[in-house]
Amino acid sequence: MSVTLEFDKKPKFIQNINDSLIMIKRSSRHIIRNTDQLLGAFFQPIMFLLLFSAVFGGAISQSLPKGVSYLNFLMAGIIVQTVAFGSSTTAIAVCNDLQKGIVDRFRSLPMSNLAVLNGHVVSDIFRNSISTTVMLLAGLVVGFRSSASLFEWVQIVGILLLFTLAFSWLSAIVGVIAKSVEAVQWLTFVFIMPLTFASSAFTPTERMSSGLRAFAENQPITHIVNAVRALMQGTPIGNYGWLAVAWCLGILVVSIPVASILFRRHTSN
Amino acid sequence: MSKSDAVIQVKNLYKSYGKTEVLKGISFNVQRGTMLALLGPNGAGKTTTVRILSTLLSYDKGTVTVEGHDVAEDAQLVRKSIGLTGQSAAVDELLTGRENLIMMGQLYRLTTKSAVARADELLEEFDLVKAADRTAKTYSGGMRRRLDLAVSLIATPPVIFLDEPTTGLDPRSRLAMWGIINRLKDNGTTILLTTQYLEEADQLADQIIVIDGGKVIAEGTAKELKSKVGKDRLELTFASEKVLDQACSALGKSVADADKKEYTATIVIEDTNTDVRKVLDKLNDKSIKFVSMAVHKPTLDDVFLSLTGKQARTKAPEQDQNQDSKAKKGTK
Repeated sequence: MSVTLEFDKKPKFIQNINDSLIMIKRSSRHIIRNTDQLLGAFFQPIMFLLLFSAVFGGAISQSLPKGVSYLNFLMAGIIVQTVAFGSSTTAIAVCNDLQKGIVDRFRSLPMSNLAVLNGHVVSDIFRNSISTTVMLLAGLVVGFRSSASLFEWVQIVGILLLFTLAFSWLSAIVGVIAKSVEAVQWLTFVFIMPLTFASSAFTPTERMSSGLRAFAENQPITHIVNAVRALMQGTPIGNYGWLAVAWCLGILVVSIPVASILFRRHTSN
Repeated sequence: MSKSDAVIQVKNLYKSYGKTEVLKGISFNVQRGTMLALLGPNGAGKTTTVRILSTLLSYDKGTVTVEGHDVAEDAQLVRKSIGLTGQSAAVDELLTGRENLIMMGQLYRLTTKSAVARADELLEEFDLVKAADRTAKTYSGGMRRRLDLAVSLIATPPVIFLDEPTTGLDPRSRLAMWGIINRLKDNGTTILLTTQYLEEADQLADQIIVIDGGKVIAEGTAKELKSKVGKDRLELTFASEKVLDQACSALGKSVADADKKEYTATIVIEDTNTDVRKVLDKLNDKSIKFVSMAVHKPTLDDVFLSLTGKQARTKAPEQDQNQDSKAKKGTK
């Protein structure tokens, strides 16, 4: 052994941050290397956008306020839905790591174990940003128009980032609990499908039956969709902006510690 | 204390999963710069022991120290001095060999410069230079194991745990792995190896601990263990029972065992050179012809059989201890 090894002597908390950066780099490389997933992140949003606007557009536009095209209405909803489903990749990645024994290797190293979760969550934001950008561009091509100012776009991006972060951390919990990738798939489906469909994402909530409507109008997806939609279309945002932010922060406050504790517990015995 | 020559000390180690007792009071020491093999069938508790030693698993009773640090209390200090190569090659399949090495080096707290330089050195040493910039997904089983071992050596830890490092490898890759492990030992690394291949323990280890059912049932060098079982044996096979009987009476008491179904006589011999000749001379004097002849040295298989009464080399490597299997999923 000819190389003399030098060890990093920085304070522990800086090393811990460094661990997270290393893991973010790792997970981000996965985005590029995992071509199948990347293609999905690229084409799925386009497909969703075209299908929904073509299939539901005619029927639903009747119940929209005058002058609002279904595409413009749909955009906020479909972005939020894509991000919600996209966040399940965190669960898949966490679950994969746990199944494949690489977490054992990480745990036998003098590193911060939670860096593994940080890495997947942050790279999920990158992946979702790709999807969202693709969707917005596709939307512009087929006729989506927004009246949002630059400042409003900053707000939209901020809310969407916060929402991605919140759902990725929720997803991390699923990844730790699930015993297999198949379980991750149906678990996320069972949670996200009702949340996105029983919301204002694809149709106005006014015509839903009263029970459904009560649920739809008081759940996070609706509030987030309404906030993004109002910002995009220049309609009054009301309380939705604050509600959206509050939901995301609330989810984060619960999901980060829960995911961390579960991950620690799952990996300590 | 920390400079004690016993780098790994295990005293009275107990571990159960629920009601299943996996380790029932295991004790052993590994001296600096030596290799100890934990030998035992599936489910003996080998992987559990390694997981406890590498801070991955808690235990119920006993004391376990590595480099003088208690694995339960000073886990982080232990982690700085160990490298672990588990049964499933724990490398990131979507990263290249080089990226895997550098990443793990950085996580070992090496400076990036050191990690990069050491990665190059290891790629060279483990014959992975050509594959260095391909993703690990494309590697063969043998290459993956080599990368896995290289990864655990990135910060040149003084203690290495090798949990069944050659299980599932083809004979050529196994030989290559043995060469690498021997070089490690020559460099002064302290190694704990688990294996279910008796030949492997025989080839590599200075000391062997045989465990079965969570207990140490024998320990010593390969030579010592073999001498417990006995001496070399000469096996002569004859054409019929009649010839076998003739041979037995000609050879008298030196026949240890006569198998009337296979027409085989087993003769214990002290010295292969002289004793075999004597036996053959005696048969020749009586014009007794044999069909075939073989000299058997005692193998660790014999050791195992005589100690436990069961065959060591079981055929189903999937099932170790119930909980251990978690760590081994996804070996594909």
